[in-house]
Amino acid sequence: MIKFLTKGLIRDRSRSFFPVLVITLTVALVVFSIGFLKGTMNSLLLDTAVILTGHEKVVTRAYHEESQLLPNDLALFGVDQLIEDLNQKYPKFFWSPRITFAGLLDAPDKNGETKEQGPVLAFGIDFFSDGSRELEIWELERLLVDGTLPNNRDDALISSKLASQLNVQAGEKITFIGSTMDNAFTTYSFNIAGIFNLRKGQTDKQMMLVDLSGAREALDMDKAASAIFGFTHSLYYDDEEAVALRTKFNDTHSDSLDIFSPFMLALRDGNQMGTMVDISGAMMAIMGGIFLVVVMVVLWNMGLMSGLRRYGEVGLRLALGESKGHVYRSMIYEAVIIGLAGTVTGTTIGLTLTYYVQENGIDYTKGIEALSNSSMVMPNVFYSQVTPDLFYIGFVPGVLATVLGTMLAGLAIYKREMAQLFKELEI
Amino acid sequence: MENSLVVTIKNLVKQFPVGGDYFTALKDINLNITKGEFTGLIGPSGSGKTTLLNIIGGLDSPTKGKVSALGNSLNDTSHNVRARLRRKHMGFIFQSYNLLPVYTVFENVELPLILNNVEMKKRKAIVKEAVASVGLSNKLDSRPNMLSGGECQRTAIARAIVHQPGLVLADEPTANLDAENSHHIMKILTDLNQKLDTSFIFATHDEKIMDYLRRIIHLDDGQITEDEFIKNSKVDTSK
Repeated sequence: MIKFLTKGLIRDRSRSFFPVLVITLTVALVVFSIGFLKGTMNSLLLDTAVILTGHEKVVTRAYHEESQLLPNDLALFGVDQLIEDLNQKYPKFFWSPRITFAGLLDAPDKNGETKEQGPVLAFGIDFFSDGSRELEIWELERLLVDGTLPNNRDDALISSKLASQLNVQAGEKITFIGSTMDNAFTTYSFNIAGIFNLRKGQTDKQMMLVDLSGAREALDMDKAASAIFGFTHSLYYDDEEAVALRTKFNDTHSDSLDIFSPFMLALRDGNQMGTMVDISGAMMAIMGGIFLVVVMVVLWNMGLMSGLRRYGEVGLRLALGESKGHVYRSMIYEAVIIGLAGTVTGTTIGLTLTYYVQENGIDYTKGIEALSNSSMVMPNVFYSQVTPDLFYIGFVPGVLATVLGTMLAGLAIYKREMAQLFKELEI
Repeated sequence: MENSLVVTIKNLVKQFPVGGDYFTALKDINLNITKGEFTGLIGPSGSGKTTLLNIIGGLDSPTKGKVSALGNSLNDTSHNVRARLRRKHMGFIFQSYNLLPVYTVFENVELPLILNNVEMKKRKAIVKEAVASVGLSNKLDSRPNMLSGGECQRTAIARAIVHQPGLVLADEPTANLDAENSHHIMKILTDLNQKLDTSFIFATHDEKIMDYLRRIIHLDDGQITEDEFIKNSKVDTSK
């Protein structure tokens, strides 16, 4: 009987090809939309994480208290050992030191006189260590608009907005004027190796990136760092996991009586980031939920219609002596097969599409440029994110809704007046 | 004699609820049909032909009285028991053929054998024989949309007799056919009746069928008004 029904299923395109096609497209859409939604939310969080907070950030308790002032006099010491410990104890994350500092940037003319001067917000990040992923997470190769990446500790990258403001180009020298971690006056010359554009609105207006070693040299911060940033290897922020790790770390490593003891902050602990994480989570749940419900209704309805359309065939099979239970079960099996075929295909297509957009992104530069005067921090390129739940989320509408629709339609088999079969089959 | 009885009906009453009241479709029907009979239930619309056919076929239950078909009581039996009886021992022919459009002639005729779990190897031979008996051997791989009305009904007949049922119930089998095809169909059915010794019961008001019937039961207003046995029918009883 299974072979007989399968034959009919394959031949009747209205029962096989079209439902599989509808389920495939719907499931692919569900998988991609949820992946894109998650990726977009994660892109928003990752931008902040890369620049300001990390998925986790370790600072001293004192630095945390005064963090608005970028107090490098309260920075972490013995950073290499601490990073080694973190890598060992929390291998789900990779850890990288960061020095954040601010001051003035002086651009001299060909005579060595000041041409332009302006404020700078600088980041000392680890460009050169083996295994460092800083270039990757900042996406600097892609964002470089002129020059090259830094080759030595005195090389710097400055944003195109800052370069324009200071009227400088790649290859020129600039001088940082600020204070060391001991609050002594310092000046330090950097070569402009390259110019970048983060393509995140006004975020990089006064930004300079130098290697950690250069920042240490300039600020006299040997073996010290403002913070240690931690990121998940997938770069996907899991708030629950991050909060649990932060709590565990602070319970075991942080001493509330020692202002220089390390203190961990999750991404949500940054300025208003908790609200943003909560809002993005809620938005995703609401949007994803609504989308899922709509799709389920569509597929439920398809299952229902598919069952009702076969009223005549079912009547004949009942008249020929097939039991109601057998007819009902065979319809459910068919729905399961159709649902599975569509869902597996749809999930594969959806995941492929999601992966493609995860790797290449969708560029909204023109749209974001229209907002360039706004203070919003917006990424120009949106990426999707392949997450484990995308592998099974499509089965909810694809199989469950289709089968439930068929089950509902199939109930008509049990309610069918057998005495009317002759009349009904006369049509 | 009792063993040759295919259908036994005693004091059958069938009522349908209509509003707060009941409409009596069949009134005190008493009827015996023996093996090999070629019987027609004749009467105007609403006379109770289809209702009687439904009850004999186990598609409906009697309100009162006793009904048994092929030795099985149809009073108070479950749906599954009646389904099994239809599957094993009954064949059905419908006015509008009711062939499954996505299956070939072979596969449509094969369906009752599949439902009866007949082995695939045996099925092939049985189906071919049944299809040959209605003269459609050259149409085995055709789908219903490639067949004429007469060919469709012949396929439906092959489907009804392929599992060699004891009883075939036909509701207006020639109503959708022209005269030539109607006679052709009735000729096939009479031949099968002779060959297989299967009992046939027709519900019809088609005059063209009358000449072939050996027994005509007239129904009017839910009652048997006349029950006549025809000696000079077109059915060749000499075989």
